[in-house]
Amino acid sequence: MSRGSQLPLGDRLAAGPRGLTSTLAQLPPLRLLLNALARLPLSGHHAVIGLPYLWLGLFFLVPFVIVLKISFADQLIAQPPYSSLVDLATEGYISLKLNIGNYTFLGSDPLYFNAYLKSVEIAFCSALICLVIGYPMAYAMARSDPAWRGVLLMLVVLPFWTSFLLRVYAWIGLLNNNGIINNVLIGLGLIQEPIVMMRTNFAVYVGIVYSYLPFMILPLYSTLEKMDLTLLEAAEDLGCRPLKAFFTITLPLSMPGVIAGFSLVFIPALGEFVIPDLLGGTETLMIGKVLWDEFFSNRAWPIASAVAIAMLSLVVVIMAVQKMLAKHAEASQ
Amino acid sequence: MHDGRKPELALDEPWRNPQATPYISIRNVTKRFGDFVAVNDVSLNVYRQELFCLLGGSGCGKSTLLRMLAGFEEPSSGQIFIDGQDMAGIPPYSRPVNMMFQSYALFPHMSVQDNVAFGLKQDRTPLKEIRERVAAMLDLVKLSPFAKRKPHQLSGGQRQRVALARSLVKEPKLLLLDEPLGALDRKLRESTQFELMNLQDKLGVTFIVVTHDQEEAMTLASRIGVMNQGHIVQVGTPSEIYEFPVNRFVADFIGTVNMFAGRIVDEDSNYVRIAAEADGCTFFIDHGVSASPNAQLWVALRPEKINIGREAPADTRENCVQGVIDGIAYMGDVSVFNVKLASGRMVKVTRPNLIRREEDTLTWDDEVWLHWHPASGVVLTS
Ligand SMILES: Nc1ncnc2c1ncn2[C@@H]1O[C@H](COP(=O)(O)OP(=O)(O)OP(=O)(O)O)[C@@H](O)[C@H]1O
Ligand SMILES: [Mg+2]
Repeated sequence: MSRGSQLPLGDRLAAGPRGLTSTLAQLPPLRLLLNALARLPLSGHHAVIGLPYLWLGLFFLVPFVIVLKISFADQLIAQPPYSSLVDLATEGYISLKLNIGNYTFLGSDPLYFNAYLKSVEIAFCSALICLVIGYPMAYAMARSDPAWRGVLLMLVVLPFWTSFLLRVYAWIGLLNNNGIINNVLIGLGLIQEPIVMMRTNFAVYVGIVYSYLPFMILPLYSTLEKMDLTLLEAAEDLGCRPLKAFFTITLPLSMPGVIAGFSLVFIPALGEFVIPDLLGGTETLMIGKVLWDEFFSNRAWPIASAVAIAMLSLVVVIMAVQKMLAKHAEASQ
Repeated sequence: MHDGRKPELALDEPWRNPQATPYISIRNVTKRFGDFVAVNDVSLNVYRQELFCLLGGSGCGKSTLLRMLAGFEEPSSGQIFIDGQDMAGIPPYSRPVNMMFQSYALFPHMSVQDNVAFGLKQDRTPLKEIRERVAAMLDLVKLSPFAKRKPHQLSGGQRQRVALARSLVKEPKLLLLDEPLGALDRKLRESTQFELMNLQDKLGVTFIVVTHDQEEAMTLASRIGVMNQGHIVQVGTPSEIYEFPVNRFVADFIGTVNMFAGRIVDEDSNYVRIAAEADGCTFFIDHGVSASPNAQLWVALRPEKINIGREAPADTRENCVQGVIDGIAYMGDVSVFNVKLASGRMVKVTRPNLIRREEDTLTWDDEVWLHWHPASGVVLTS
């Protein structure tokens, strides 16, 4: 890499087309600006990294700040349905009113706590089921003939080519009382009455596990595929049976994949709305659904925002833990 | 240099005794990968406490042969017996064999001491004993200060020593070492070679060692097997391989050699005269050769077996040739002379540097005579 590309951006601006800028740079205001820029640790690298940050700032941070703002507002029957935080009503004062009532309300009504708890439970169990189903699949893929791996990988991501919503709707057709599964079972004479599957937690689990399984398989596959198989030979050579070698060698070495896959399923499942809404019933009280109801049924935007912020905090905590685990798993290799 | 400890002395050369039972018996083993024949009809006996070296160019099937002994590959045909037991269908974890892998195959998530302890743990050895044996082994390979490190925190040579320690610690009856000392510096290599031989004395281990290093094979081995393109070309003691190679490949592969192509011009039961017309010299060999007259032959002449000097030998009709010194390489103990013959070919001659500074020393462009003893040349028919 050439020296020039590492010059601070400000320096390079100052060193630009000689004649004009050098005279311009002598002018006091511009000189001050350039000096200030030169002192900033700005360089080409920062500019490259800056773009995605700009994107995130615009489309994640700004909406987040808006939601955060609304979560501290009062609910109004108006357009928009919440009060403004900053008030210029009193002469000569700017008053900032923060209503923390929305948050205390979350604590006072067990509905929210239960919904959080249930969401964590469902997300955790779904991730666990995905792991149990996905690990053998990823393992089989990683150990299959290299010529087949591409095809198998393709099959795993194939469902993404149809709309997520459509695929969840398809499950309604399968799980309904007069859906395909019940019809086939009754047709075979295995059951007399249809099994109630729709609008149960079972259906929600089916939906989540089905939808998120690829997110478990892909990171697992990539760690398992990278693994050096002579390690297993070495273990066997030292007297270790294949099953034990799996638990002492393969599994620990695939931990980064397990952690990545688990979080890729757990975190989105936590806030999942579509699946519990379409497949779940009243017993499935997930936080995503509560949020929807608050926003659209009750038009309680401030409460809904508080619910969202609280969930985000929960996810941040979980991600911090996950990051710690991943670092630990990495360090042990 | 370790001649005094050479195991063949203790072994009493069991391979010369037809009654001796081999510890490992490889019978007509062939291994194919698809159409490619990696090991081709190899038959080989290795005896208890031998240190058998497999030598051969890259890709000639050495590792594949070891992997079949360890049980990672099944022979496409043929049989392998270890201690009289047919190894067909016996999984690696039940074989009395430990292998050191060419790629080391250290467990990246385990510390050095856990790597070394792994094999002992599989046998449910008492913890106290594991600790002692691991410590002793790490001491042996001089890795005690690194016991707690992970493999990726070690240098290449240190990793190699961990791999070596891991395969040695179980004290198996048969040890397969795939290039065990390649990454070690000379000193460490010599001390580890010494330790390997100690181990062999102490524990009665049988070794099969793959190496690229001829000198290592020469110093370590009780016998050497030279492989080429899946075949075992020659098996013999180091001196047999060096002094009596069976064909041009072996002669060329082991050490340096000057090869002269020629034809028999005169022969009897106790001598043969071979003319190397292209190079303008005649070889008189002091033993008979079983070859059809007029067949193409080769005479292999090692550089150290050629005398070099300004004076012509007494008899200039045979076993000598004239040339001009084209290059000299000073190696410390010996000097290597490249002598250009009238035919234009180069002949390598080595001469020990007996005196520190010679008065009338040979130098570039000197006219010299090369001559050799009738017993020096090796006649090769293929
Ligand atoms: N699993 C395999 N599939 C196909 N070909 C293989 C396989 N393993 C080895 N070979 C081929 O068999 C030949 C012998 O390989 P092997 O590893 O035994 O060589 P080697 O003598 O140990 O060489 P080196 O000294 O370079 O380690 C090589 O040409 C290699 O390409
Ligand atoms: Mg090899």
